[in-house]
Amino acid sequence: MLNFSKIKIVLIYLSFLVVSFFCFSNISDSNNFFLKKKINLGLDLQGGSYLLLEVDSTPLQKRQIQSKVIPLKKKLIEKNINYKNFKIKENTILFEINENDKEKFEKFFKDKNNDINIYLNQYRSFELDYVFEKNLVKIFLSKNGIIKLNTSAVDQSIEIVRKRIDETGTKEPSIIKRGSNRILVELPGIKDPERIKELLGKTAQLSFRMVTDDKTEFGNETFILKDTQEKISVSKRIILTGDNLIDANPKYDNINQEPIVAFTLNRLGSQRFGQATSKNIGKRLAIILDNEAISAPVIRDAITGGQGTISGNFTFQSATDLSLLLRSGALPAPLSVVEERTVGPDLGQDSIDAGVFSLIIGFFLVIIFMIIKYRLFGLIANISLISNLLMLIGFLTLLEATLTLPGIAGIILTVGMAVDANVLIFERIKEELRKNISNNIQAFDLGFKRSVVTILDANITTLIASIILFIFGSGPVKGFAVTLSIGLITTLFSAYFISRHLTSIIVLRNREKKFLI
Amino acid sequence: MKKEYNYNFTKKFKMANLISIFFVLISLILIIFKGLNFGIDFKGGTLIELRVESNNIKINDIRSAFSNMDLGDLNVKEFGKKGDYLIKFEKKEFNKVVNIKSIKESVVNKLGVDVNFRRIENVGPKVSTELLNSGLIAICLALGAMLFYIWIRFEWQFSLGSILAIFHDVLITIGIFSILSLEVNLSIVAAVLTIVGYSMNDTVVIYDRIRENLSKYSSSTIDDVSNTSINETLSRTIITSVTTLLALGSIYVLGGEILKGFSLAMIIGVIIGTYSSIFVASPILKYLRVSYKSIVKEDEKN
Repeated sequence: MLNFSKIKIVLIYLSFLVVSFFCFSNISDSNNFFLKKKINLGLDLQGGSYLLLEVDSTPLQKRQIQSKVIPLKKKLIEKNINYKNFKIKENTILFEINENDKEKFEKFFKDKNNDINIYLNQYRSFELDYVFEKNLVKIFLSKNGIIKLNTSAVDQSIEIVRKRIDETGTKEPSIIKRGSNRILVELPGIKDPERIKELLGKTAQLSFRMVTDDKTEFGNETFILKDTQEKISVSKRIILTGDNLIDANPKYDNINQEPIVAFTLNRLGSQRFGQATSKNIGKRLAIILDNEAISAPVIRDAITGGQGTISGNFTFQSATDLSLLLRSGALPAPLSVVEERTVGPDLGQDSIDAGVFSLIIGFFLVIIFMIIKYRLFGLIANISLISNLLMLIGFLTLLEATLTLPGIAGIILTVGMAVDANVLIFERIKEELRKNISNNIQAFDLGFKRSVVTILDANITTLIASIILFIFGSGPVKGFAVTLSIGLITTLFSAYFISRHLTSIIVLRNREKKFLI
Repeated sequence: MKKEYNYNFTKKFKMANLISIFFVLISLILIIFKGLNFGIDFKGGTLIELRVESNNIKINDIRSAFSNMDLGDLNVKEFGKKGDYLIKFEKKEFNKVVNIKSIKESVVNKLGVDVNFRRIENVGPKVSTELLNSGLIAICLALGAMLFYIWIRFEWQFSLGSILAIFHDVLITIGIFSILSLEVNLSIVAAVLTIVGYSMNDTVVIYDRIRENLSKYSSSTIDDVSNTSINETLSRTIITSVTTLLALGSIYVLGGEILKGFSLAMIIGVIIGTYSSIFVASPILKYLRVSYKSIVKEDEKN
């Protein structure tokens, strides 16, 4: 165990130098491919906001169930199934059929090629589920049907969330999908996430519909106008939605200098808008945003150029926000913040200072202790500890890992536990020396050999714990698992190669000296 | 040459085990009846850390600034430096009227001074339940993985012994958190997992030696072998605990308020883990009648 070939020595120190070299790329400004790599600071250290958003798909489920009603009725008639009392209650379709029609119903409903209850290949199940209660049929979304709805809502939402955040000028946001119905948004460096939360809290579903004089419930809805508190009845027929918009910008009205939103429509939108406005001159057009009537101006002229404006008691800020929302598109379903963690930049800096300070102090305490305890061999342990620390930081840089406050704690803990490998070796050698005082070389050889298994066992157990923490941990705690795991690996390297080599140099020079340790 | 250790540990096993059982039972009773002081990570709710530069603001002013907003159970305490406060309240979900923005505005208005909101955390009810579950799953998985690893590397008696030692450490650590009403949050789960790893590490070193010595002194009793093994590794056990505690102590004292609970849990865990690898893990081998023969038999079976 004490003999190292020249090649081995070169390889050991070369790999040490290469890895620890990356420590320096953290303090360099170079744009060189190798020096570009840096350790990322977690949100708890650089300040910023962590938002976990959840898609509330209940309105989508309702819509999806409603969309099934007409085709389902048609199909039932087509298949000669008599139904009665057809209704929708809490996202469930209910109707009654005859006992002997049940078989017919099941046959078409469970056909993989039917166009009402769609078979979802990726989940190997149907979109809808049903139960019979005597003559009553209940149809509702299956578990996988809801998952599919959530997933597609999240996929659509992510793009819109990104657009909205980009529009606010936030630097380097990270927006990723979490599970089937969540989006994780990380906004480094942001002080106050309130504006972004407000922007993300609106679905921004815009529609233009005609105001009618018809006060009946059928085909109409009642709204209270936001600006004048007037009660209006609005047709359910949608002329235009926000999807037809290609641009929107805040402006001041030429006449009364009020802030308004000027929008541009795409070709299809322009045509429809042109037709609707030319047919309805003198009537009122309601502008509905997220189930709220924001204004209902009278149509004075046909608007055919595809450009129009929305007014509605805006401030310039709210006109700006609405334009932003309209430009980035409507969310398919409302998003709610289910977890939020915001750290101010000064707290982040305080945490870095405290973390680094305690790392330095902890490091020196351990170093002094080892020197007192082992003298010359303490020095070896310390050199191995320093190289361990350099390699750990080098690896973190190489992997561009995210360093968090618990991550710094992980580094400090690594410092405390890293000497264990050296201690195991030294203590074992001491024992061998007691038994076999005359032969230093043999004692060292045996000491190393016997302690290696123990060192491996001991470190693998800790490694298992930290890998599990990495998988299950969230946020800053994950950073702890990262530094601890990498720390264990660099510890093994520095103990097994660097301290062993340094020890071998000393032992080979002092073959005859007694009580070396 | 320094002296070799030669304490008679085995003589103290019985006493030590009674003490251990007592503490484990007390911890269990505390955990079940007194419960744990869960932080917002696991209970849901909102946490605000703020700093006021003005000297005229006292903790009661902060408390009254947050009251009358219908935020549920409210807890205000000083946090580290003067002027730093940590406010926790039950309110988990916000709406258009009551939300973080409105709370911030109202607090600034009521205090009438500049307030630096340094940290704001809000965990909804669904997420907190999930975090608690995934924390528990992580700890169980870690224990399972340890059991499995030791079972592969050693015989089943060792596996059982080390797991009981870990349970001992984790239960007593959590028991201490319960009696002192210290906050249990995500970082405590991280600490517990690390304690599991550390305690295992410590136990493995002694077990390795016991197994080696069992084959070396095949005619000796397990009592003698355990005692020799513990003494032989004692120096290492102490040194490693000391260096680890030096590092952890440094985090506890200098690492800032946020890491206090985490490092305290680790310090308690390391001390108990060191104790348990000597006084819990080793006697269990004796109770399970481990001998040279039993490990040879196991080896043949494999």
